[in-house]
Amino acid sequence: MKFWIAAALFFVAALAIALSGVNEYFFFAAYVVLTAVTLATAWNILGGYAGYVNFGPPAFFGIGAYTAVVLFKWLEAPLAAQIAAGAAMGGLLGFGVGLLTLRLRGIFFAIATVAVVFIMETLMINWRYVGGATGLQLLRPPVIAPFETYARMLFVVAAFMAIASVAIARYVQGSWIGRGLRALRDSEEAAEANGVPTLKLKLFACVTSGALMGAAGAPMPMYLSFIEPASTFNLSYTISALGGSIIGGMSHWLGPIIGALLLGSLQQIITVTISGEVNVLIVGVLLVLFVVLAPEGILGLFKRWLKASSR
Amino acid sequence: MIFSFDLLAEALIFGVLLGCFYAAVSIGLSVSFGLLDVPHVAHPAVMVLGSYATYMVAGYGIDPIAAGVLLMPVFFVLGVLIYRFYYESFEKRGTEAGVRGLAFFFGVAFIVEIGLILVFGVDQRSVEAAYIGSSLELGEYRIPYRMLVAFGVALVLTFSLTVYLSKTFTGRAIKAVAQDEPALRLMGANPVRIKQWAFGIATGVSALAGAMLIIVSPVEPAMDRVYIGRTFCVVVLAGLGSMTGTLASGLILGIAESIVLMFFGASWAPAVAFGLLLVVLGIRPQGLFGR
Amino acid sequence: MAQSILEVRGVSKHFGGFTALSDVSIDIAPGERFGLIGPNGSGKTTLINCISGALRNDGGSIRFEGAEISALPAYRRTRKGIARSFQIPRPFHSMSVLDNLLVPYEYVAHLKESEAERQAMDILRRIGLAERAHAPSSELSQVELRKLELARAMAARPRLLISDEAMAGLSGSEVEEVLKILFDLNAQGITIIMIEHIMQAVMRFSQRVVCLDAGRIICEGAPGAIVKNADVQRAYLGA
Repeated sequence: MKFWIAAALFFVAALAIALSGVNEYFFFAAYVVLTAVTLATAWNILGGYAGYVNFGPPAFFGIGAYTAVVLFKWLEAPLAAQIAAGAAMGGLLGFGVGLLTLRLRGIFFAIATVAVVFIMETLMINWRYVGGATGLQLLRPPVIAPFETYARMLFVVAAFMAIASVAIARYVQGSWIGRGLRALRDSEEAAEANGVPTLKLKLFACVTSGALMGAAGAPMPMYLSFIEPASTFNLSYTISALGGSIIGGMSHWLGPIIGALLLGSLQQIITVTISGEVNVLIVGVLLVLFVVLAPEGILGLFKRWLKASSR
Repeated sequence: MIFSFDLLAEALIFGVLLGCFYAAVSIGLSVSFGLLDVPHVAHPAVMVLGSYATYMVAGYGIDPIAAGVLLMPVFFVLGVLIYRFYYESFEKRGTEAGVRGLAFFFGVAFIVEIGLILVFGVDQRSVEAAYIGSSLELGEYRIPYRMLVAFGVALVLTFSLTVYLSKTFTGRAIKAVAQDEPALRLMGANPVRIKQWAFGIATGVSALAGAMLIIVSPVEPAMDRVYIGRTFCVVVLAGLGSMTGTLASGLILGIAESIVLMFFGASWAPAVAFGLLLVVLGIRPQGLFGR
Repeated sequence: MAQSILEVRGVSKHFGGFTALSDVSIDIAPGERFGLIGPNGSGKTTLINCISGALRNDGGSIRFEGAEISALPAYRRTRKGIARSFQIPRPFHSMSVLDNLLVPYEYVAHLKESEAERQAMDILRRIGLAERAHAPSSELSQVELRKLELARAMAARPRLLISDEAMAGLSGSEVEEVLKILFDLNAQGITIIMIEHIMQAVMRFSQRVVCLDAGRIICEGAPGAIVKNADVQRAYLGA
C-alpha cells in the first residue's frame, strides 16, 4: 500500500511541476532520466531476476520508436496509440528473442541480442518510408492541453511509464514468478527439475521486458521531432540499462531506480558541463568499478552497511 | 541489381581476400573465447586500439606491418594484465561470474572506444604505404595490393598459430587447459599461468590484426561495434577452439559479405555477419568444427 | 502382477557419434527399492537424465504410471511425480535453505506460502537441517548440501525419487544418515532408484539391482547375485 501512495504522490508531483513555471530545460533532462529509469527497470526483469544478460535494449527501444513513427505517418495516430503499438512490437520482438534462450545462454545469448540490434538498424537504414539512413523529420500535432509544450507533456508521460514499469517489476519480484525466475537464474537445470516451467518464465520475462522498453521508445520521435537509425539503435542505451541496474543493484526493483536516477543525473550534468563522450566514458568506468568491487550495487553496499552498523 | 558472372567472379575474389582478413582478425578471439571461455566482447575494441597504436607508430615513418609486429609484445603484456585482472575479479569466484564478466568486458569495450574518441576524435584515420592505393591487374580484375598484403599476413598468422598450438609444448598445454583443466592441474601444471600466456598471445595477435585493419581501410573508434559481429560470427561458425575452422568460416563470411556488397549495396553489408551469426546460433551453435 | 510405476523400453541416446545408451529396458514396481550401478561413464546419469527429462531419449519409450512421458519437458515430469537429486548439488544459491524447498512447494504442490513453510520445516526436521533453515544455501557443507538436494526432491512430493550418488564422498556415519532417510521415504510408499558407487549401501538398500556398462544393461537381479556376476566384476575391474 505504501508503494501505491508513494507512486500516486510522485505522479501528482510530476503533474504539478509540469504545469508550473519551472525552466523548460528541466523537462528535457527529466524526460531522458525517467526514460532511463524505465529502461533499466525493464532490463532488470530479464537481466537481474532471470540472469540473462541482454545487450539489445536499443533494438527494443528502437522498434518502439519506429513503430510510433510508422503509426504516426500512416494513420496520424495519437501518442497513446503509438505507445501501445510500441509496447506490442517490443513484446513481439521479446518473444522472438525469448525463443533464442531455448538454445543459448550467457555470452551466446548476449551476442545474439547484439546481432538483433544491428539487423534492426540495417533494416531501418534500408527502409525509405521511415527515412532510411538520413532519417525523417516529423511535424508534431499541437500539444495536448493543459500542457504548454511537448517537453512538459512527455515528461509526465515518461513519469507515468516509469511508475508503471516499476510497479510491474515489483509485482514480478514478489510473486511466484519472481521466485521461479530466481531459481532459474541460480540453476536452470535444478529449477526445471523442481517443477519450474523455465521456458515459459523466460518468455514471460523477455516479453515483459521487451514491451516496456518498446513503450519507452515510442515517445522518442515526438520528443525529438526527428528519427534516424544510428542514434536510435545506439549501443549506449545498453550501457545505460545495464549500468543502471548493476550500479543500483540487480536483485530488487529499487536498484534500477537508484542506478538510473544517479547515472542519468550524472550524465545530464556532465554532458552539459564537459561533453557527451566523457559522460559515456564515466558510465563505462562506473560500470566496470561496480562490477568488480561492488557487484551487488548500491543496494548491496547499503545492506552491508546496515548489517555492519547493527553489530 | 545487375547480375553478371563477371561481377560474381570479382565478388568472389574480393570475398576470398576479405575472408582471410576476417579470419586473421578473429583468430585472437578464437583463442581467448574459443579456447579459454573468456567472454571477451572487448576483443574488437582492443584490435581497434591496435589500429590506432599502429597509426601512431607508423607516424614515425615505420611501415604499418612492421609497426604491428613491434606492437605485439606490448599488447602481449596488456593481454596478460587484462586476463590476470579478469581472473582475480571473476573467474576465481565462480557463480555469478557470467553476468559480471560480460558486463565487465562490455564496459571495457566502451571505455576503449570513448578513450579513442577523446584522444583522436571521431574522424577516420589511415596510414600510408607503398602497397596502399594501388592494385594488381589480373586480366579483367583489379585486386588492391593492400588486400593481398592482408591476405598474406592472415595466412602466415593462422598457420603459425595453428602450428604453435599443436607442435609446441606451451601450445599443447593451452589446448589441454581448454579441454580438461582439472587433469592439467593434476599433472602439476598451473592452468592460470597457461591461460594468462594464451590470452597474452591472443592480445598480441590483435595488435597485428589492428595493423591489418588500418591498412585495409581507414579506421574510426566506433568500428569495434560492427566487428563484434564479424569476429564472433567467424569464431562461432568455426566452432569454439578450432583454428583451421577459423579460416574456413572467415572465407564463408567474406564471400557472403562481398556478394551482398556487390549486388545489394553497402547499406546491407554490415548486417551479413550479424545475420549469419544469428542463423548459426539458432541452428548449429557448436559451429562447423566445434569441440 | 501390479502395473509397473516406471517402464523403460528400448531407450537409446546418442551424443554426436557417441552412443551413451543402447536399448535399455527396465521395469520398476511401485514401492520398490531399485539400485543402478555401473562403472564411470556407463550411462547411469544419462539414463536418469532421460527419465527425469533433463535429456530427451533418441529412441524407445518411457512410461510413468502407465502414461508415455518421453515427450514431456522435465518440469512436467516432476509435476507428475518424478523427482531427482543431482550428483553435484545444485542449490538455489541466492536463497536460504528453507526458500530452496519453497520452490518445489510452489511449483509442484501449488501450496500457499504459510502451509508450504510448515511442511518444508517438517522435512528439514526429519532430514536434520532444521537449525540451518534460514542459512544461505551457499554456506552449507558438502553433506548438508547433499541433504538439501534430497530435501528439495522430497518437497516435490514424488511417487518416484531418483537419488543420484547422494552419498559420494561422505563419511561412514554420514552415509548411514542418508541411507536412513531413504529407507524412511520408501517406508512411506515412495519408489526409489538409487545410483551409488558405495557398494555396501546399494546392497543393503536395494531389492533389485541393474548394472550398466557402456550404455547397455549387462546384469539384473538380486543384490547378492549381482555382486557375484562375472560380467559385473569385469566391468568394474576391467578384464
